[in-house]
Amino acid sequence: MDAELSVIGSGPAGLSAAIESAKYGVRVELIDENILPGGQLFKQIHKFFGSKKHYAGVRGYDIGWRLLREAEDAKVNIRLNTTVWGIFQSSNNRIGLFDQQRVFFSKPKRLVIATGATENPLSFPGSTLPGVMGAGAVQTMMNIHRVLPGRRVLMVGAGNVGLIVSYQLLQAGAEVAAVVEAMPKIGGYLVHALKLMRTGVPILTSHTVLEARGDKEVESAVIASLDKDCRIVKGSEKELDVDLVCLAVGLKPDAELCRMLGCGFTYVPFLGGRVPIHNEDMETTIPGVYVAGDVSGVEEASVAMEEGRLAGISVAESLGYISEGEAEKEKDEIKERLRDFRIGPFGSPRQEGKDKILTEYKRWFSNEGKRDS
Amino acid sequence: MRIYDHPILGGLREKRKVSIEVDGEIIEAYEGEPIAAALLAAGIRTFRHTLRENKPRGLFCAIGRCTDCVMTVDGIPNIRTCVTPVREGMRVETQVGLGKWRRI
Ligand SMILES: Cc1cc2nc3c(=O)[nH]c(=O)nc-3n(C[C@H](O)[C@H](O)[C@H](O)COP(=O)(O)OP(=O)(O)OC[C@H]3O[C@@H](n4cnc5c(N)ncnc54)[C@H](O)[C@@H]3O)c2cc1C
Ligand code: FES
Repeated sequence: MDAELSVIGSGPAGLSAAIESAKYGVRVELIDENILPGGQLFKQIHKFFGSKKHYAGVRGYDIGWRLLREAEDAKVNIRLNTTVWGIFQSSNNRIGLFDQQRVFFSKPKRLVIATGATENPLSFPGSTLPGVMGAGAVQTMMNIHRVLPGRRVLMVGAGNVGLIVSYQLLQAGAEVAAVVEAMPKIGGYLVHALKLMRTGVPILTSHTVLEARGDKEVESAVIASLDKDCRIVKGSEKELDVDLVCLAVGLKPDAELCRMLGCGFTYVPFLGGRVPIHNEDMETTIPGVYVAGDVSGVEEASVAMEEGRLAGISVAESLGYISEGEAEKEKDEIKERLRDFRIGPFGSPRQEGKDKILTEYKRWFSNEGKRDS
Repeated sequence: MRIYDHPILGGLREKRKVSIEVDGEIIEAYEGEPIAAALLAAGIRTFRHTLRENKPRGLFCAIGRCTDCVMTVDGIPNIRTCVTPVREGMRVETQVGLGKWRRI
């Protein structure tokens, strides 16, 4: 029997959506193309912070184990090693799957798309050489598979990913020659920057990478400082002896399935670029199709879990497993926690971005002609 | 390079060792790890060469998104080595361009 709900992606968002809806009795299938569930959680070996209810002090992988246990208890059917390669609006959101052996289809009543994000590349001479990698890619290799892709590293980008992964590189036994950041200020949280600075790693703001050099693989990298108009300061070039250049220059929503389905999109730079429009219940402009986590705007794991829960409850409500009143109460609590997250200098631009998405949703249905997709 | 000791993750848990063949040479790998991890552990970072300019490419995203890491595995080209697990006796070859299908 087909599941009533298919959740695509088993990161923190997808797991939470699956657990929440299954708890109310929805028959849920959780699909992931990876061999392991958990999405990005198991590579996050640092402690989360914030408040208790946001898992502060707990490491990412421990949250991962907790969620997996909850999913098992809630009888979520987890299907790994399976890629969703298409969704077809013309046949009631039928989904196409491939499990490395065969191609098949399924027709769930509801869908939650929680496919996460992908890392942005950066183009410069030498940027395609082996030894230039995404910072998240390096994190995956060292924290999950326990191999180091290089010994001496240049990190490009001082946002949270750049800072956290630099520190994790030190923990794994590599050297970090420098972190360069094009902006005049560090982008990530100060705690992460301070931790790194205490070890003596230089964080060079108003600096960028110019070139990765090497015959067959990275053997060195050239950096330079930038003036206030972001122009290279002549004579400031410096060659660093590194064999790995990590790019931590942002993530963008991995929303190809939403695009294929014809969901409405809007542009919110602070959330990673073009994001699928959704309402307060995380439902997209295609009825019955929900999004949660990074795919609906890149934030962080704690937000992904809350959005997943929101989507899960909304699905249970729409299928009649939970009364409107009861759902409303639960959803209000989650929305309040989400608002807590989106305050302060790092949070409020995200809140503005999410508000824009909600406004666009209303506009979509009041003014069908205006399509920004 | 394998990370044997880690201040947070602890010692490396040994898994079953298997042998795979990479461009004719035998290397040791852990069963079930991605092919790309086994190659990095053996110090191999160039996985393929591009079609027109014969430029080297290696691992980039490590989560199956970018296809920079594709190689020919057991005669089948364009296999994403970052998300394909190692099996005993696997034959892995550096790929040139789009690669060639070969029955083995
Ligand atoms: C490489 C990387 C490293 C990161 N490191 C950190 C960090 O250290 N700290 C932090 O706070 N945030 C980090 N982030 C941000 C991170 O994305 C969020 O914290 C959080 O993991 C987002 O959760 P999610 O459930 O939306 O997506 P993810 O955790 O990315 O999960 C998405 C899942 O969907 C699956 N999937 C995608 N497409 C398909 C498909 N078509 N068919 C089947 N399955 C599919 C993927 O395999 C994946 O398991 C990182 C992001 C990335 C990409
Ligand atoms: S490194 Fe990107 S697909 Fe393998």
